[in-house]
Amino acid sequence: MIENLLPQASSYAGDIDQLWLILSVIIWFWFACAQGMFFWLLWRYRYQEGVPAEYVTGNEKHLKRWITIPHALIILCDLVVIAGAMRVWYNVKQDLPEADMTIRVVSQQWAWSFVHPGPDGELDTEDDIKTVDDLNLVVGKTYHWKLESRDVLHSFSIPVFRLKQDAIPGREITGWFKPTKTGTYDIQCAEMCGIGHGIMAAHVVIRTEDEHAAWMASQSN
Amino acid sequence: MSEAVKIEGHDHHDDHHHEPTFIEKWIFPLDHKFIGMQYLFTGMFMALFGGFFVYAFRMQLAFPGMSVPGFGTVSPAEYNMLITNHGSVMIFWVAMPVLIAAFGNFLIPLMIGADDMVFPKLNRLSYQLFFISVLILMASWFVEGGGFGGAWTAYPPLSADANYSMTPLGSSLWLLAVAVEFAAFLVGGINFITTAMNSRAPGMKAQDVPMTVWMICIASILFMASVGPLIAGAIMLFFDQMVGTGFFDPRRGGDPILWQHLFWFFGHPEVYVVLLPACGFVADVITVFSRKKLFGYQTILYTAIGTGSLSFFVWAHHQFVAGIDPRMANIFTVTTVLISIPIAEMMFLFIATLYGGSIRFTTPMLWALGFIGEFLIGGVTGIYLGASGMDIYFHDTYFVIAHFHYTFFPIAFIGTFTALTFWFPKMFGRMMNDTLGKVHFWGTIIPLNTIFIPLFVLGAAGQHRRIYNYNHFPDLSTPDLQALRIVATVSLLVLIAFQAVFLFNFFYSIIAGEKAPVNPWKSNTLEWTTSSPPPHGNWHPDDMPKVYRGPYEYSVPGREDDFWPQNEPA
Amino acid sequence: MGFRPIANTRSATGIMTAKLAVWWLIASEIVIFGGLLACYIMHRLAHHEWAYYAVHTNVIAGATNTMILLTSSLFAVLAHHAAEQGDGKKAARNLLITCGFGLGFLVVKSIEWTTEIQHGYTITANTFWSFYYTAAGIHGAHVIVGMLCMLWVANTARQGKDLHRVENVGLYWHFVDLVWIFLFPLLYIAK
Repeated sequence: MIENLLPQASSYAGDIDQLWLILSVIIWFWFACAQGMFFWLLWRYRYQEGVPAEYVTGNEKHLKRWITIPHALIILCDLVVIAGAMRVWYNVKQDLPEADMTIRVVSQQWAWSFVHPGPDGELDTEDDIKTVDDLNLVVGKTYHWKLESRDVLHSFSIPVFRLKQDAIPGREITGWFKPTKTGTYDIQCAEMCGIGHGIMAAHVVIRTEDEHAAWMASQSN
Repeated sequence: MSEAVKIEGHDHHDDHHHEPTFIEKWIFPLDHKFIGMQYLFTGMFMALFGGFFVYAFRMQLAFPGMSVPGFGTVSPAEYNMLITNHGSVMIFWVAMPVLIAAFGNFLIPLMIGADDMVFPKLNRLSYQLFFISVLILMASWFVEGGGFGGAWTAYPPLSADANYSMTPLGSSLWLLAVAVEFAAFLVGGINFITTAMNSRAPGMKAQDVPMTVWMICIASILFMASVGPLIAGAIMLFFDQMVGTGFFDPRRGGDPILWQHLFWFFGHPEVYVVLLPACGFVADVITVFSRKKLFGYQTILYTAIGTGSLSFFVWAHHQFVAGIDPRMANIFTVTTVLISIPIAEMMFLFIATLYGGSIRFTTPMLWALGFIGEFLIGGVTGIYLGASGMDIYFHDTYFVIAHFHYTFFPIAFIGTFTALTFWFPKMFGRMMNDTLGKVHFWGTIIPLNTIFIPLFVLGAAGQHRRIYNYNHFPDLSTPDLQALRIVATVSLLVLIAFQAVFLFNFFYSIIAGEKAPVNPWKSNTLEWTTSSPPPHGNWHPDDMPKVYRGPYEYSVPGREDDFWPQNEPA
Repeated sequence: MGFRPIANTRSATGIMTAKLAVWWLIASEIVIFGGLLACYIMHRLAHHEWAYYAVHTNVIAGATNTMILLTSSLFAVLAHHAAEQGDGKKAARNLLITCGFGLGFLVVKSIEWTTEIQHGYTITANTFWSFYYTAAGIHGAHVIVGMLCMLWVANTARQGKDLHRVENVGLYWHFVDLVWIFLFPLLYIAK
């Protein structure tokens, strides 16, 4: 469903959307069971003239089963949930595949600045391209990003990548992504950072290698 | 079992041979029932502000840039102040005082057969501290620079440095208000615990205590055990703000993440602090109106204690993407997903209580059932957020907001209405109008869903939190998404409008409602054995109740009545 | 004004209610101080340079204060003993001596802090000193409150009334002493 609302533009966006699907099947199955039972009991045991209530303590084995068996099954489902979550988490946050390129992402009150490697492909060299509020990437390449903050907490969020990472002043945090779709999409700041938090918008432009080369060339003018 | 040791002053009627003056009775009361009322009315009053704030900012979100009737245009700074204080007010100045302090104060002595709390003067002091915290908070909204706008979570460095927050006075006053509120509840907790532990009626064993009392006590313990580190953190933040220390300033060797840990170590147990009392009310209401024993009294207690204990080990699920060591996230995913088990079990046990019942859909019962149905949504959607891999996307989106409102709204509002409509006759000696009650119920429950389901969708579409205007984000400025925002806001207006029905019913019934009998609901618990409302001292000193059985002996086979009050001899 | 509810006279647990209340209070304070000290310890472990900042704390003052507090607790115990035997006057005397030692603690601390501040070791000097003053300051506030409570209890005990309060205020005082026993090595010895 998430992909119906916005595109998947990174290599792990699909994993996250798939996790959503697995979680949803489990969650809404149990929800339907619980609510279904709830409403059925309300109807079945509504007050009827002359029909008294039963005296039930909850220690009756044949009734306790209705609690203990779902309880055990839910624990099994929870194990699936945990396994699914850890797998995606590892892939996005713990793993760091080899990078084709590295970029620097700097957050501050209230703008994003990005440092891209220039035509030499290396960061922190003279031909680096610095921009404000627009990130320029090549589709299909693996990037490492180095995230920093100049003042308060911010958060680097690209919904179409399904990525989010808080930026902490005094620290540099490294992560990765691999864009899989061309286009222009929102970048957000996803951590309250003051009065300008709502205007801290940027955008990511993903191009083919040729288009990107053309962009780089235009930047040196 | 317990003995009434006679110490001097036990016949308090001698000490109160003078009728309390108006000031003594209403402004400086010692009677737990009046202190409970003070908390109730203050909490209800603060809910007006919490509601007004959300009205203003949701109008801004639905109709960005337009002047909001009754407020004016909402600037970005004002927007931040509104959302910050909406959250703070609703949790600390509505949910806690109403669920714990108002109902705890009113009900605990009554339900355990005592004449008052053990330390009435300390009880009075707790309200006075609370009242002071209200004044400090409200002052923070009107000082130069404006009210604090750093979100109710107040993460530094934003909250620690006025150069970043631009609300120098507002930040400190907000922080002080929260700290004083914490102190008020620590003091108040003393009474709840000691009274429930020690002052039970003769014959009332631990398993004869009604769920409401148990749950409020467990909640008090949870609060006390979790708030300490945050009080330490608040002192540190206050010093950062006022004195120039650098506890949370990376430029001075401090760590902003430390605050987050301190905050959420409290913040997570806190949600159970407010949840458990609501569950207690629900338990006491569904038993009465299904004429059934609670299904698994002991097991329910274990789930409450289990949930409470586990709640100390899940806090960093609020910090998955905050910059903690990614390996730590795995631990917290495990604990967070597991904590859903005891709380789900409690819900199942409530549902199971309906089995074999004879269910009457009175207004209190509708609210109690509404709690179960709606809270289930909140609970299951928490799984999405506890799964670390999923939270990478959902963190700080409207999905989170929708999840926690599906838990908090049932807790704070449905829980309150459950308790209020149920115990109103005992509190005020009058009956509320049941038809108006039902109108209010449906007029609240339906909009609740039409507000927050759109918010789930918006969150899934990537809409992030605490943004005053989505026009800066092309992906979020589509007409479809804006339509959802409008649906949510219009639903909120409907919800607010229906609260007028409640307010009218509430105040009119206090003045002119039908006089309430001693036990209108045919309930077993001790508060229903004394007059409506109870006299000072709750019962005549020579006539204090003795307890012979548990609180949920309904529909006992062989008996003529389908209820069996706890104080009736065998 | 003795509004004493019947509730106050019952004891389903067998423990006097006032004592339960003091334990509750102590439990909440343990969490507050525990939280603060845990933060301090974590910072200390992460910042090796703090060992150098800590060199400048005054061990003599700290050790003297430790002795003062331990001795004061002794007199609190003697006060409790006297109260158990019904001797309100003796209990009050011993509580006053305890208070006297508390005052001594505060005097030593004032001299210590004045000297340190004059040498530039203020609360904002660096984060070690921020913790130092915050932790010791909050502790000091509890010492003051404890002394005030003891004076009040001594006053009623002197008249032979509410002798059970002597033990309860003693419990609180022992706790304040215990916090210092943790603070002393953390702030003064670990260098």
